[in-house]
Amino acid sequence: MKNNPLRSYIRPGYLPHMFCPGCGAGQVLHFFVRAADDLGLDFDKLVAIGGVGCAARIPVYLHADVLHGVHGRTLPWAMGIKLYKPDLKVVIFAGDGDAAAIGGNHLIHAARRNLDVTMIVVNNLNFGMTGGQMAPTTPMQCATSTTPFGNQENPFDLCALAQSAGATFVSRWATTRPAQTIRAIKKALTHNGFAFLEIISQCPTNFGRRALSTGEAVKVRQWIADRTVTLAKATAMDPEKRAGAFVLGDFHQAAAPVFRGTSVSGTEE
Amino acid sequence: MKDRILTGTHFMLGNHAVVEGALAAGCDFFAGYPITPANEISQRMSERLPAVGGRFIQGEDELCSIYAVTGASLAGARAMTATASAGYNYMMEGIGYAVAAEIPAVIVDVQRCRGENFATQSDVMQMRWGPSGDHEMIVLAPASVQELFDFTFRAFNLAERYRNPVIVMSETTIALMREKLVIPQSAALQRRHRERPKVPPDAFMPFRADPDGVPPLPDLGEGYRIIHSLNPHDEAGGINWDPDVFEGLYRRITGKIKNNVDDISRVQSFFMEDADVVVTAYGSEARSALQMVKIARDRGHRAGLLKLDTVWPVPEKQLAQAARQADVMLAVEMNIGKYAAEIERLCGRHCEVVRVTKNRGLMHTTGELLQALEEVMR
Repeated sequence: MKNNPLRSYIRPGYLPHMFCPGCGAGQVLHFFVRAADDLGLDFDKLVAIGGVGCAARIPVYLHADVLHGVHGRTLPWAMGIKLYKPDLKVVIFAGDGDAAAIGGNHLIHAARRNLDVTMIVVNNLNFGMTGGQMAPTTPMQCATSTTPFGNQENPFDLCALAQSAGATFVSRWATTRPAQTIRAIKKALTHNGFAFLEIISQCPTNFGRRALSTGEAVKVRQWIADRTVTLAKATAMDPEKRAGAFVLGDFHQAAAPVFRGTSVSGTEE
Repeated sequence: MKDRILTGTHFMLGNHAVVEGALAAGCDFFAGYPITPANEISQRMSERLPAVGGRFIQGEDELCSIYAVTGASLAGARAMTATASAGYNYMMEGIGYAVAAEIPAVIVDVQRCRGENFATQSDVMQMRWGPSGDHEMIVLAPASVQELFDFTFRAFNLAERYRNPVIVMSETTIALMREKLVIPQSAALQRRHRERPKVPPDAFMPFRADPDGVPPLPDLGEGYRIIHSLNPHDEAGGINWDPDVFEGLYRRITGKIKNNVDDISRVQSFFMEDADVVVTAYGSEARSALQMVKIARDRGHRAGLLKLDTVWPVPEKQLAQAARQADVMLAVEMNIGKYAAEIERLCGRHCEVVRVTKNRGLMHTTGELLQALEEVMR
């Protein structure tokens, strides 16, 4: 462990992490430092932002400048930082509740503006840290701690939301596909503009036990794996089957001017 | 209007004077969301800031605005937002974060009646107590267009000095008033900057305070690799729920304000030398109060005015001193009676305290205040 070359990216003294055994957040942390290492990302110029929730804890383990601890406001922080110091690399780690429930308004506006930051949404399909409540991403009919008789709300397709709002890089992968997810993180980090990456992730402790009647990470991961399908395959599927699937792939990438401020004088560079 | 500091004599709108005070103080980042009667602040900022190399953002809401301000401030900006009563409700969340993470920020709150742009001072307690958690606030109460400039300028210096949000408590009355404004030469406008670390990142403890209770603050991206969290954190910046850490942190971040009240809190005294009836007033109410005191003097009363330029932290010494000299104090304010409780707390054991309150969208007239004074002095 001491000799692991990736260890230098982790804040000294911070391991072991606080995530539940089998949680996907630890994997996402691992994927990120692998991607950062491959890209040679300068951690002195990295600002990692988390709000509140399990995924929001990921940046705390990164040995970089970190903002943490307010639910849903990651993107406004990121906007203030990026516009004031454009040379910084700003990366957000948000749970699905943080990004799409309390922070949903900020998400669509950051996408609309093409704010030049990377947003990694770790979608574990429920509010994990608070005890497994229904989230805007919980699949229909799933039992959670606030939907004991099954979820009655349609879940968001976060990638479709981000893309329709104007995000210029949109991708979805899953913790069950490490290689492709690391590749997607690298694409997101090198994209110029608002990069939105959703990672479907297992929450054995809360989503698993309540929705799937199992607290075993392997079984929850298998449940996710059984429902993932690549974009190429999904287009050939009949719509009914596709409706319940997690479609994986890089959906969209476009070059567009990045946001520099609401009022920018024509004489500025 | 390409210059940062518009030295000279102007006839200016109060909201515009706020902008000029901010720019003179070095403001280079502003985020705000439209709300009446604060709009002229963002509108002028949107034109002025790009010309002097600053950044302007119109947020999608007040939450976006206050968090963009705190983010930019951590990146090194002298950052400000402006709103009005209802918008301040939303901003309290981000102000609480700024207190806990000790982020300099200036917030201008133009008080208005619920849903309408009538005059009021009914948010004087909200600005003190709004956010959750233990905190102290610095709240300045300008009474004129000149003071909107002066106090906004000072707000930046206090925010940088104490790493705390500072509120400029404006009001519809002065925000939408035009009067004379004198902007001094830049040499007379001394800017204070946050303390920077004096040691390299390896030796730096980001939340170990200097003796004044305020830790140095590097900018994001300078290699210090700090966690800026709302959660209780130890001197190294690690999130830490140890009860000693928790209490030590909150004692320190409240103590750095409370222990420096003599530096922060200011009053102005008018006709106080021999006064036995003392009026206390803050903000625009101090205008009619001063006029009234002059008339009362003409009518033979030994009246004086203590104008509170800083309402939070409370200028306790000055209030207690006035109370020891007075027989009666009139606590004047434009609400149903809020700050009066502070006057009673500090002055009640020394003299009689009479509340003079009004909250119907209109300032007290000089006549109303004179009538109140003559009733108690009869």
